[in-house]
Amino acid sequence: MIQFEHVNKSYGKNLILNDLNFTIPDGQFVVLIGPSGCGKTTTLKTINRLIEPDSGHIYIDGQDITKVDKVQLRRHIGYVIQQIGLFPNMTVAENICVVPKLLNYDKERCDQIVQDMLKLVGMEAHRNKYPAELSGGQQQRIGVLRALAASPPIVLMDEPFGALDPQTREILQDEVKKLQQKLGKTVIFVTHDMDEALKLADIIIFMDGGVVVQMASPEEMLEHPATERIADFLGKHAPESKNEHLVERFMRTNVRAVKKNRGVMECAELMARYSVDTLLVKDETGHYLGTVSIGDIRKWGRDLSSIEPIVRQTARTVYVGEDARESFDYLLESSAPYVIVLNRDNTIAGIVTKTSVARSVAENLWREQR
Amino acid sequence: MKALLDTYGALLLKAIGMHIVYSAISVAIGFVLGLALGILLSRVPRLSGLLFPVISIFQTIPGLVFIGLLFLWLGMVPAAVIAALSVYAMFPVLKNTYTGLLGVEKKYIEAAKGCGMSPMQSLFKVELPLALPSIMAGLRMAAIYTVSWAVLASMIGLGGLGDFVYQGTSSNNNTLILLGAVPAAVLAIGFGSLVDWLQKRITPRGMKKEVRR
Repeated sequence: MIQFEHVNKSYGKNLILNDLNFTIPDGQFVVLIGPSGCGKTTTLKTINRLIEPDSGHIYIDGQDITKVDKVQLRRHIGYVIQQIGLFPNMTVAENICVVPKLLNYDKERCDQIVQDMLKLVGMEAHRNKYPAELSGGQQQRIGVLRALAASPPIVLMDEPFGALDPQTREILQDEVKKLQQKLGKTVIFVTHDMDEALKLADIIIFMDGGVVVQMASPEEMLEHPATERIADFLGKHAPESKNEHLVERFMRTNVRAVKKNRGVMECAELMARYSVDTLLVKDETGHYLGTVSIGDIRKWGRDLSSIEPIVRQTARTVYVGEDARESFDYLLESSAPYVIVLNRDNTIAGIVTKTSVARSVAENLWREQR
Repeated sequence: MKALLDTYGALLLKAIGMHIVYSAISVAIGFVLGLALGILLSRVPRLSGLLFPVISIFQTIPGLVFIGLLFLWLGMVPAAVIAALSVYAMFPVLKNTYTGLLGVEKKYIEAAKGCGMSPMQSLFKVELPLALPSIMAGLRMAAIYTVSWAVLASMIGLGGLGDFVYQGTSSNNNTLILLGAVPAAVLAIGFGSLVDWLQKRITPRGMKKEVRR
């Protein structure tokens, strides 16, 4: 358990931490988030005393950390930094064993630790390589292992994946979350990326201007953001956010459209080939004209050369940027198979079908689950 | 050539030997002093603001003058030569140690601190190894300079290859000048290569260029 009690810190006139009071329970994945300069990194660094508060107290399991030698304290708290900071003069194994060695573990125990740690991330083959021989993602894996090597109950991570490409970042997020759950660590994780926070956190602490604005589970924060600022930060994740429901998010874009001067037989064949009963029709410049159905072709098609006379404008259309929920309601209430989505210049953007409705419902349910 | 060797062979060998002794001892002392001072200054960068101007003024005093002064003070003893050469050998090592240590990226120092290294552990396990290429470059410079400056030893009558050079210049004998200058040049190259070899031996594989991806 980590307790902050009236913790203050200022640099000159700037108040960086303003009377912080909160408690972090054991075994939780806690994410500190907020705009840059909000004091999240400073807060993190007060825990291993890389930064000393001006006033106030921090307790770990009831022990005031200023009463502990800071070098000793840091050996029992894992620390991962954004720039990775693996020592280039040491091998992977030596890097992992930095803290165990500082704690005077014997060689056998160190070897065992290296083995166990590398196994956790499936990098046993890289034991004797140097950091410069690894990719960025592999380096940060080792960075995480270095923090975990002496089995500290608390691990601090300062934007550890900020410098990695999005794909690698996602993989490492998954791995870290798994490790945290498997090993039951308390992780304090700084980020400015709300996606990352929502994905990893058990508890999110939102900071702004040196104060804790809200401390809540991701679900609660999504549903009841305490301030406008947090709602902004949650952005596209927030349920009431507007673009969440834009119709283009749910439309299918691989739709078949034919020109109005196409032959009737040709269209009938196309329908058969794609197993559909209607085709969208456009004019020479790509503007939407209407639809043609197999029923109409069957009724009147014999006497016609092109489909133009039997194009109907009965299908419902919406424009890109409109709310999808209206289209969903229409689809569910009528027996219409689709709603056609048009771009502003009347060209065809896609269609919304009942499948789109299902996706939207599923997404909403999934979010409530989280 | 044979006549030349017969006449000067023994003298030449002795001179080379003395030259090596002067240079090696001076470089060793200079290196230790430079390293220690460099580390000290890097811990207290405020001190360096005061000390570096003094040092650079010192460095502008010609070696000739400095040896002369030491000769007046200490007399005609090898210690005077070694003291002078050591001071000059110290400068490049001091400077490169200092800049090398200050040049260690902050992320490594923060990682070392965050891992729970004491300032001493951080220095010896992380900062010095990372500053090593710069320190070795300083040592290389010191070694080469010292070998050439050791020629000045003979100015105060203490032998070394300078003897040949001075005799040659005063008697207008080019052969004698070359007899002193060529071995001195070869020695300088030799010292330089020795440092290069040493650097290769002690640089961890992870910090060598060819490992970089």
